[in-house]
This record gives sequence, structure tokens and C-alpha cells, in this order.
Amino acid sequence: MRNLQITSFKHKLKLLALTSVMAVMSATSTAQEKLAITGAQIHTMGPKGIIVEGTLLIEDGKIKDVLSNNTVPAGFTKVDASGKVITPGFMGALTSLGLVEVGLSAGVNDSRVDAHPVSSVGAAYDSQFAFNADSTLLDVTRIEGFTSAATGLRTSQLFDGQGAIISLGDELESVTHPQAFVHVDVGNGGADNNGESRAALWVALNQSLEEALFALSYDLSPSEGWEGMISRADAKALIPVVQGDTPLLVTAHRANDILQVLALKKRFANLDVVLVHASDGWRVASQIAEADVPVILNPEFNLPGEFDRLGATLENAGRLHEAGVMIAIGVDTHNVRLAAQHAGNAVANGLPHDAAIASLTINPAKIFGVDDNIGSLESGKQADFVIFSGDPLEVTQAAEQVYVSGKAVSMESRQTKLRDRYLKYTGEKPVGYIK
Amino acid sequence: MKTNKTRLALALVSCSLFISACSDSEQAQTTEYQANNPFPSTYKAIDSAPVVITNVVILDGLGNRIDEGEILLEDGKIAEFGTSVSVPRNAIEIDGEGKWVTPGIIDNHSHLGVYPSPGTRSHSDGNEMTGPVTAEVWAEHSVWPQDPGFQRALAGGVTSLQILPGSANLFGGRSITLKNLPNRTMQDMKFPEAPYGIKMACGENPKRVYGSRGGPMTRMANVAGYRKAWIDAQEYNKKWQDYEASKESGNATDAPKRDLQLETLAGVLNGEIIVHMHCYRADEMTVMMDVMKEFDYQIGSFHHAVEAYKISDKLAENNVCSAMWADWWGFKMEAYDGIRENIPMVHNAGACAIVHSDSDIGIQRLNQEAAKAWSDGVRAGLDITQAEAWQWLSANPAKSLGIFDYTGSIEEGKNADVVLWSADPFSTYAQAEKVFIDGAMVYDRTQPDTWPVSDFEVGQIAQGDAK
Repeated sequence: MRNLQITSFKHKLKLLALTSVMAVMSATSTAQEKLAITGAQIHTMGPKGIIVEGTLLIEDGKIKDVLSNNTVPAGFTKVDASGKVITPGFMGALTSLGLVEVGLSAGVNDSRVDAHPVSSVGAAYDSQFAFNADSTLLDVTRIEGFTSAATGLRTSQLFDGQGAIISLGDELESVTHPQAFVHVDVGNGGADNNGESRAALWVALNQSLEEALFALSYDLSPSEGWEGMISRADAKALIPVVQGDTPLLVTAHRANDILQVLALKKRFANLDVVLVHASDGWRVASQIAEADVPVILNPEFNLPGEFDRLGATLENAGRLHEAGVMIAIGVDTHNVRLAAQHAGNAVANGLPHDAAIASLTINPAKIFGVDDNIGSLESGKQADFVIFSGDPLEVTQAAEQVYVSGKAVSMESRQTKLRDRYLKYTGEKPVGYIK
Repeated sequence: MKTNKTRLALALVSCSLFISACSDSEQAQTTEYQANNPFPSTYKAIDSAPVVITNVVILDGLGNRIDEGEILLEDGKIAEFGTSVSVPRNAIEIDGEGKWVTPGIIDNHSHLGVYPSPGTRSHSDGNEMTGPVTAEVWAEHSVWPQDPGFQRALAGGVTSLQILPGSANLFGGRSITLKNLPNRTMQDMKFPEAPYGIKMACGENPKRVYGSRGGPMTRMANVAGYRKAWIDAQEYNKKWQDYEASKESGNATDAPKRDLQLETLAGVLNGEIIVHMHCYRADEMTVMMDVMKEFDYQIGSFHHAVEAYKISDKLAENNVCSAMWADWWGFKMEAYDGIRENIPMVHNAGACAIVHSDSDIGIQRLNQEAAKAWSDGVRAGLDITQAEAWQWLSANPAKSLGIFDYTGSIEEGKNADVVLWSADPFSTYAQAEKVFIDGAMVYDRTQPDTWPVSDFEVGQIAQGDAK
């Protein structure tokens, strides 16, 4: 019974999100042309693979087709992208976009949650309510080719709350998938916050998930007693996790921690586990692959910053991929836009180029269960794509035009406007008058 | 490595043996030298056969490019370079087809060794946060030469680097310039000819650290703090000048007591110690250039300088370098106005632009930071060549550290600190294939058996792995 109520609540939220997305799309699509983007190398990240020189057809904010030639069907407006490279819009794999403007000493930072009585283990905190579509980080990130992101929280408790999936289109209603993941850190950082030892952290994690399983068939209303370690709000957040409806992101570095995570997945059979960082993951890559657990990482982390990551290497991404592990690249907030450079450096250290593009597009979409709509250029999917000047992993290349739901978005940001103001400054009048 | 300082050290030995043979001026020099250099460099270049690289693209680090070039490294120096060089009989010959040679990268902003890996609390030796003025501390006394970050940076083509104290304090202490060839001790890495630097900091950090601990609590108190310290240093200088004068005129007086803090500050006023100032905002940098004039010293470089693009003309006029990131921004208020074109805009104004890391990760691919800044500048309409952009990585940081006479460019007679890149180093996919310091091949990516390993990584998992 309890379960049904929760499901219907979640269903309503999803419907709400869907309705708002549809409203946005119908508003833009009326003004939208049918576009044929021709002449570019197209990384579809779908069954059509890489098309050396093709045409992307866009209609009603969706991808109508991807052609292997330069045909422009009747009624479509041609956009010449000869010599350019097209990819699906990149997805920030693990960010706090929209939750923080300036990190340090600058007022409220919604991405960091202090302990609050509503939650005893941190799972309940919900990023969807904190999202701010006016954050300048969204423009800064979008103009470099990012059209969506997973955005999450940090706490000093066991769980880092519930994250959301956001669209980086320029609309106010941009949270497309609330309560999209729950995050927990079982590395040194997590241990620090939980009894200063994994010996406490893991017992607390097991206990939390067991209580969530118990809560499945329990009435969590205030009239009923609940003596669990986790709060009622935590239980509500963790029920879809133990059911496998919501992915559980687990930050871990050392090989033994990673093996513990794989053992956790066996103990709670429905868990949809995603590893984060997995610095020493290459040492147990075959086990990770066998357990079908993807990894989100920054491949540039190659220093033994703590004793739980002594095997860190630039080759981690390549070695994990080689073993059959699905990887996503893009961990940061203000500069998650550099994920393409990170992926390029993974290529320089053994990751195949196509896998690197996948790590920025279809792989994160799969990890967060949104690949039915984004992450690849296939008929019927949302038309989120980017025209790059060349290889997007090259630091000297750039996104020239970003499209969200088939609409060319503004390629300006607060940064480009500051740049232009000071390029124009001559000293004739105060800078405030330069538009 | 016959340098002025080693000659002075030799003079010291002969003076002690044959006192009568020493002139007064030699003695005075020797004493001064000892006071100024109590922790002398024990750096020793590795012996190497001559190396000739042919058929290679050369960026000389001064703005010039040679296609199909050749370069000869001999006796630790760049002996010849151009379209054709002589090949000594015992030379190691390297075919540079498709590859590029550049001066070694010089990072003028690193905390390797003072904030080493692993970053445990017991390793946290970079910020003496016990008072806003700690000019008396020297970063070199915190440098742990077994930081594995040095080897990682070497694999990224970094041949010299400045290790700075942190930015919590108005005056954080002396910095030290090292050759990136870790050995048993800090002195083994010490760049023999490099002058000292001093780390200063503007803005948020001193405010945040001392705001509730007796101040400074505001930016205005930061500036009062610098000025007060310079007044003290002027007075200290005068005390010593008076003493020297009275000694010369034959009126014996006791020497003033040495004060380590004021000795360093006086060193700045006397032009012996270079100022490296952490400063983000345009308005604050401008105030600091006025303070500089008030007390008649020179700021070598502003570090981070996220808003340098707003006052690039003033930076050029005052001959102050800016050491910058390509794209870091927004992590605090004073970094909020960061733009991707900061470096090329500073360069374009004729000011001295430097690419710095301030990061044990970033230091491993500073060539990519320059590549991003260069291409962003070109897209914004600034006419800069790759060859010119390489100045940001070698010549300009070398100048900011006072070591440009020795390194930082490909010129005959300079130290053979060079990198052979596997491809155009403005590409994400290029790697430092061979790194030379003083003519010795100290890193060869193609020979894993030869890679240096720090003591910390010996006996740990994955020792000697590709890192």
C-alpha cells in the first residue's frame, strides 16, 4: 500500500515534469523551422555510428532522421555545417549546476546541506527544490556544448541527498527528472563523516538500506511509531533505491572499497549501483564489468591524494573501458565544461576516441535512465546537439552552435559579455557605459 | 656549473686557509653571501652525452618557430640550433619527424612539496596561519622532495618551478625556485642562481583567516598591513645602513640584531627578493601598484590575476607580470569575473602573461592551458601565434623568477632545459615524450624502466606504473 502511494507520488512528479517540458517544447516548436544540418561529421552515438559526412534532420524539436548524405528534403531549411563535427549535447555526469553560484563565502550555497532534523542520514535532502535556472553557470556551461546534467548535493552525513537531472536549455522549468539518484561516499571522505572509520560507515549503510526495505511495507505516517535509525523522510528517499528504481551513486577509490560496493550490490539484489571515481578501479576492472556497474570519473585524477587511491593513474578510464566497464566523464561544477578536455586526456592515455565521446553523451544518459530521450542522435529523440569547429576533445576546438530541443540557443554568457565589454574599452568613458 | 656563488664559496675556503691573501672586499662579499644563502644549493646536473634532435619543429619560446629544425644539446647547454647543427661523434641522435621541441615549461606557482600527496594533515606545510605577516618563514623548509607530484609534473614537461607558501597571509613567506629533478633533499633541487621570492596576498583569504582572529578583517586593513610592514622594513634598512656607515667611518658600533622577518622585507626594498602577489581583482591590483610606488619596490607578478584583462594597460605600464589560469573561475567572489580570454588579452596589451597551475593536476598539462587560452584569444580576434603563446610557459615565467639568463628559451648557451613533444603541444593528444634538464634526459615516456619513482611510491601498489 505504502509503496503504491509513493509510486503514485513519484508518477505525479514525473507527469508534472513531463507536462512542463511539453509546454516548453510546444511554445518553441511553433516558431521553429524544420532544419537540415548538412556536411558535418556526425557522431550519432546510436546504431548509425559515425557518419563521415551527413545530414541531421530536425523537426518539432526532435531528431527526424540522420542521413549519410547531404540531401535537404523539401520544406527543410539548410544549415551548412561542412567541415564541422556534430555530437549529441554533452551531459554533465556529476555536478552541482544550478545549486551554487559562488562556492566560498558568498551567502547561501544550496549544494551544501548542513545536518537538519528532517534527515538522520542525509538521504532525504532533495536538490530539485534548490535549482536556480538563472545561475550564470548554466550559460557558461551550455555554450561549450552541454545540454543536460546530473546535479547533486554534498552533506556531512552518510548520504549526499537526492540529485536531479536538469536540462541546460534556457527555460526556467529545467528540472526534467527530480529524485534521479542518491549519492553516498564510502571512501576516506565518507569515513571521516561517519565515525571516522569504514567500520562504522558500512554498518550504517547496511542498516539504512535494510530499514528502507522494511519501510516498503510499513506505514510511515506520523500517527505510527517509527524507531528506525533513518528518518521517515530518509526512508521515503531510499525506498526507490532499494527497489532499483533510483540509481545509487557510490564514491569509492581503493580496490577493497570497490569490492565492498560490489558485495553490497549482491546483498541488496535490486540496487542499481554506479561507482564514482573508482581511482583504483583498473585493478578490479573485470569484477566491476562482471557486476555490470558503470563508473563516473575524472580521468585526470592520477595522484595518491590519500591513502585510499595509491594506484591512481591517467590510464584508469582506458583500462576500465578495455575490461568492458561503461564509463562517464564529467565531474565538476563551475568547470564541468572541461569534461571534453578530460575525455581527450583519457584518449591520450588509452581510451578509444569513440568511447570518450560516449562517456560525455550516451553513457551518462544510460546511467541516469534518460537515454530514451537524450544522449544520442536517433529518430524521435530530443534534438539536443552541438556543432563543433572540429574534434570536440581537442582543446583548441570549440562549440560553435548548441541546440536544445531543436532550438539554437544563445552562444553568449556573462563571461563572453565581460570579455566583449573590455575588448571595447578605450578609456573614453567609464566602463559602466559600454554595452 | 661555475657560478658567481660557487666562486664566492671557493673564496671562502681560500680565505680561511690564507687569511692574509684575502682582500677586505672579498671578505665583505663572502660574509654577505653566507648571510643571504644559509641553505645553499647542492644541485648537480646529470652527466650526459651530447644529444642532437633533427627534423623537428622548434618553438624557441621567444616567439619564433623553425620548421624542420635541428638542435644540439652539449655539456648541459643548448650548443646550437637552427636548420642545421653539427653532430659530435658521440652524440645521441633523435629523429624528430612529426615532433616538436620547446623550452621546458616553468611553473611559477606551485605548492608541490609544501602541500604534497598524500594530502594528510601532517603534510600540510604551506600556510603559516599564525599571523598575517610571516615574512620570516621560508617555503623551502617545508618542501618534501618525495612528493610524487614532482615526477608527475616532469612527465608533463615541467623543468623548473617556484614553490610558494599559501595565500592566507598578507606576507606568507619566502618562495623557492627548484629544478624539477627530485633527489634526497630540497637543496638537491634548488635552482642555484635563482633569487628568492616573497609570497604576498590580496583580498579574501587574509580577511577570511584573520577576520575573527585580530584582523585584518577588511581589504582596507589588508592595505594598512602591507604599508605598516614596509615602514618597518624601511626603518630596519636604515638601521643597517647607519651601522655600515659608522663602521666604514671607523666608529665601531655593535651590529643591529638580525630580524628574519624584516630581513626578507628589506630584501624586497633592496631589489634582491621578487614579489609574487596573489591578487584577483583589477581594483586591488591597481592599489597594490600604488603601494609599490609609495615604497619604491617592484612587484614581479600578480598571481591568479583573474581580472587582469580589465587593467592590462596598467600592468604593461608598470611592468608587472600576471600569472593566470586559462579558465578557472567562480569558486569565490574575487574569481567571479573570470573569462577565457584573460591570458591573450593581457598578452595583447603588451603586458607580460604567464600560464601558471597552482595545482598538482594542472601542472601536468600546462601546454594545454596555453593552448586553450591561445585558441580562445584567436577566436576573439586577437592575432597571436603559437610560437608567441609559448612565451607564457617559459620565457615569461623565467623572467618573473629572475632566471631568464639561464633558462626559459632556446638560445645558444642557455641551460639545455627542453622538451620533445610527441606532436603539436597545442593538441590534447600530445605528450611530453622526452624531457631534458641541463642536457640530461630525465624523462623518457617510451622507456618505462627509466621513469623516476619517489620514495613514497616505492613498495606501494602500482609502483612504476604509467601514472
